[in-house]
Parts: sequence; structure tokens; C-alpha cells
Amino acid sequence: MKIGRFFRDIYRNKAMLLFVMPATIWFICFSYLPMAGVIIAFKQYRYHTDGFLASIIHSAWVGWDNFKFLFSTQDAYIITRNTVLYNAVFIILGLIMSVAMAIILSEIVNKRLAKFFQTGMFLPHFLSWVIVGYFVFSFLSYDKGVVNQFFGYMGWDLRQWYNDPTYWPLILVLVNVWKTVGYSSVVYLAAIMGIDKSLYEAAMIDGANKWQQIRRITIPMLVPLMTILTLLAIGKIFYADFGLFYQVPRDSGTLYSVTNVIDTYVYRGLKLTGEIGMSTAAGLYQSVVGFVLVITSNYVVRKFNKDNALF
Amino acid sequence: MAGLKRKSRNFSQLNPVANAGAVLAAGLFAFLCVFPFLFVVIISLTDEMTLSRNGYRIWPEQWSLEAYKYVFRSGDQLLQSYGVTILVTLIGTVLSLVLIALFSYAISRRSFKYRNFFAFFAFFTMLFNGGLVPTYIVVTQLLGLKDSIWALILPLTVNAFYIMIMRTFFSISVPESIIEAGKIDGASELGIFTRLVLPLSLPGLATIGLFSTLGYWNDWFNALLYIDSANLVPLQAMLMRIENSMQFILQNSNNPSVNVGLLSSLPQDTSRMAMVVLATGPIVLAYPFFQRYFVQGLTIGAVKE
Repeated sequence: MKIGRFFRDIYRNKAMLLFVMPATIWFICFSYLPMAGVIIAFKQYRYHTDGFLASIIHSAWVGWDNFKFLFSTQDAYIITRNTVLYNAVFIILGLIMSVAMAIILSEIVNKRLAKFFQTGMFLPHFLSWVIVGYFVFSFLSYDKGVVNQFFGYMGWDLRQWYNDPTYWPLILVLVNVWKTVGYSSVVYLAAIMGIDKSLYEAAMIDGANKWQQIRRITIPMLVPLMTILTLLAIGKIFYADFGLFYQVPRDSGTLYSVTNVIDTYVYRGLKLTGEIGMSTAAGLYQSVVGFVLVITSNYVVRKFNKDNALF
Repeated sequence: MAGLKRKSRNFSQLNPVANAGAVLAAGLFAFLCVFPFLFVVIISLTDEMTLSRNGYRIWPEQWSLEAYKYVFRSGDQLLQSYGVTILVTLIGTVLSLVLIALFSYAISRRSFKYRNFFAFFAFFTMLFNGGLVPTYIVVTQLLGLKDSIWALILPLTVNAFYIMIMRTFFSISVPESIIEAGKIDGASELGIFTRLVLPLSLPGLATIGLFSTLGYWNDWFNALLYIDSANLVPLQAMLMRIENSMQFILQNSNNPSVNVGLLSSLPQDTSRMAMVVLATGPIVLAYPFFQRYFVQGLTIGAVKE
């Protein structure tokens, strides 16, 4: 009778089941099949003309060899370090900048002017990394760039920016802040708008000045949101923004020591060097650590505020 | 007048000096955000000769429209890429709206027995993924999408994050009583969805539609992975290719096998910047009008339900 009930349930929900079907097929093709495909990380992948399944079946099982090889090189350390450190800096600096910008925007007396500025800050979010790459090039080009023109004007030595790793950590951080702060300050601005105005009225009656109001009301009221967004960002600390690290340094080989992150490493392994197995291994390493981090950070978010947890 | 103003000055506002400071700080950052785009516009309007002599200048000695004339004269590739981008964006956005709306509506319905299963089915993809290489192999070998326009469309169609946002939209804006009323009137589920639910959820659909439009318009990654033939290259990827071939030639310029003719046949600095302007122009002009939908999506996404 259990089977009968099952079919009755299916029949009763048939409309909604049809509704979810197209996207479900999509998820199977573009998310779940690739998940099954991580088995390649344990194989020496050989392309087989009979297609996908044949390729996987006919590739030799090599166990953990791809991982051993990956972690025996310097690469694993460099890409992990770069990914995590850059993201850590982006999280901290992004948090400070976007909260500060949200508070500043909310305090500007002329609201239309504030809105106007906000629109301006929003622009970088709408541009692709390719375009941003061109922007950066107009500043850092050796013979035509603004920065070298200024250096020449000051009588300093011109620099080969795209061949000198020294300043790239700074450049990448600046570019990332430039692109993301306008957008992320929006969330905080919305939260500030939602703070109960009577808190400020009460504080003013007690003689608190604006600075004290910001420090004692606005910021404490933002702390829960700051905590949650930061924790969620930490959950994603193992994933780098491919465009930033690939387009902005123009894929320059001399800069790899400071621009190579897990995502660019996997891409190059796939498309340039053809190290399919090791590339998959690096990707799986990223996914697994990323998974653990998301689960952990979500667990911590739940401790703070159940409503804000992802699940 | 001044006295009156001072008397009525509200302590909830910044004093004039602090306000000027805030305006200055926000204004400066806003300017820095917009400046590179303006700069690229200026470069594209610079005379090529002046540019090769002086470099990129904020105020060129000699202005010129030549770059745009050149791009439009020899712009087959640009037009082709524009066509690809527009086609991909249109089909992709419609497709992704249909798939996402159907799925998230179903999982927002309390009467749907398997809603939790399918919600988790979508959500799990946010936590774990197979990574780039298996995805690439599935798309190229199993689905056979290599060098097909669908390789630019399908990988971006559905996104669990948009589904979560859209589900929130549905559960906020569509009361269960309306659906019940529709049922009593004898409407089918599809009829209820298209005639009752969708009109109520237009702001949500606009948000997801715009997210998706922006994603398609700005995508170059899928082209980088899957597209070889020149007539399928979208705008952003075309700009990337010009940059790369330029670099390749410059790096090999002492190599006698690379002829100089190739270099001069490539778009010059000003024309490349003109292409950048033409590729971003529609977005830069349009986004201020759609901004609020992005804000809405972002705040809903960040503070769910």
C-alpha cells in the first residue's frame, strides 16, 4: 500500500513536479553530473572517442596520486596562500570601507546628493573584469599609462608594471575595493535606514552628539549584519574571483607568484598544460575545504542569529 | 533667515563642517568609481598620433572621432559580437526567468509535498560543486556544447542563489488565499501561475531578470572556455581577444616571423578604447534606472526571509 500512496502523492503534486522539472534537469546536467565527475581527480584522465562515460571508465585509477603530486609542488602552497590571504584582506578592508561609506552616505544632509554619489559608486559593479582590465591598463601601461607619465614627470624610473610582482598585491586589493565597496555598502545603508529613529531621538535628548550617536547606536546596530556577512564571506574564502586574478594582471606569467590563485591554477591546468587529473584534484581540494568552511561558518552564524543562517 | 535656520537646526543632522567632510569623502570615492570610464571615453576621443606621442592624457591636445569612424567602417567583428551578445542575453534571460520562476514558485507553495526536497536539491549546489574541470568535461563531452551558442547560454541559466531570492519574493508577495481563490474558480495550476501569481511578482521577476541580463552581457568566461570560432565570440570575449593578440604580437615583435602588417591591421589604441566604450555604453546608460532592482535583490539576498 505504501507504493500506492507514493504514486497518489506524485499524482496529486504533478503540476508542481512539472514546474520544478526544467530547472531540476538543469541542476542535474550542470551541477550534479560535474559533482560525480570529481572521480576524475582519482584517475589518470584519458580522452576516449566513445564519449564521456567511456573516457571515465577507460582512464586508469591512480588513487591519491594526483593529490600527492599536487601537494608535493610549491604550487599548492602558493595558490592556497594567495587565495586565502587576498580574500582575508578583501573581507577586512571591504567591511571597513563599506560600513564607513554607508554611514557617510546616510549622514549626508542633502539626500539627493547622497543618492547621486551612491549611483556613481555603483558603476564598477556593472562592468566586467575585461573592461576593468582595460581601465587598469590605461593607468599601468609602460609607454602610455598615466602612472608612468607621472613617474617620468617626476624624473623617476619608469616601471614595467606588468612584469614586476612587487606592487601587485596592493594593486589587486585597490582594484577589488574599487569594484565591490559601492555595491556592498548598499546592504549596510539599507540596514541603517531600518534602525529605529527613536533611538537617536532618545540619545539627542541625553545630549549625545553625532559622533557619539554613530559610535553608540549606528555601529552596534550594524554589528549583527557585519558578523553574518563576514562569516558568510569567510565561508567562501577558498574561492577567488577568477576575473580579478586573470584579466586585471593580463595573465602575465611573471606575475604568477602573486596572482596565481586556486581558480586560475585549475583553469590553466585544464586549458594550457592539460594536467586534467591534477587540475581536478586542485578543484576538489577547493570544493571540499570550501564545503567545510561554509558549514562551519553557517554553524557559527546560527549561534548568533538563526534567521540569518543560510540553512 | 540665517538666524531662523540656525535656531531650527536639527541636531539629528551633521553640522555644516562635518557634512562638507562627508560630502567630500563620498563625492571623492564616487568620482574615483566613475573616473576610469570617463578616462577611457576620453582616450577613445583622442587623435591616434597625439596619443602615441603623449600617451593617455586626461585632456588630449588633439581630439578626434577617427576611432569611432574606424570601428564602424571595419566593424564586422564588432557587429557580429554585438549580435551574439544581444542574442545570448535575450534568450538566456528569458530562459532563466522561466526556469527560475517555475522552480521557485513550486518550492514556495506550502501545498507542494516535495518542496523541501527540491529546495535542498537547489541549495546544495551553493555548498558544493564539482569544480571547473568536471564541469568542462560534462559540457563539452557529454552535452556536446563545445563551440555552440548554447555553451554561452545554458551554463548561466539557473543559479541557486536567484532561486532563493525568487522564492522569498513569491512567499512575500503572493498570499496563499489568492491561490485558493483561483482554485475555487476552477483555474488550472498553470493558469493560476501565469494570470494571478506572475503579475503580483513583477518586481521580483524584474530583479532576477536584470541580474541575469547583466550576467549574460558581461560574461566572457564561458566564451573563454568553450568558444573557438570567431563568429560566436561575444563582446566581452572579443575585447579580451584583441588584448591578447596585441600582447602576443608585442612580445614576439623581435621575432622576424611575425610580420609588421599584422600589428598595423589590429585596432589601434584609440579604436580599442572606442570598442570598450561601445561595449559598456548600454550598461552605463541603463543601470541608473534599474539600480533599485539590484538594491532590492541584494537586500533580500543578504537578509533572507
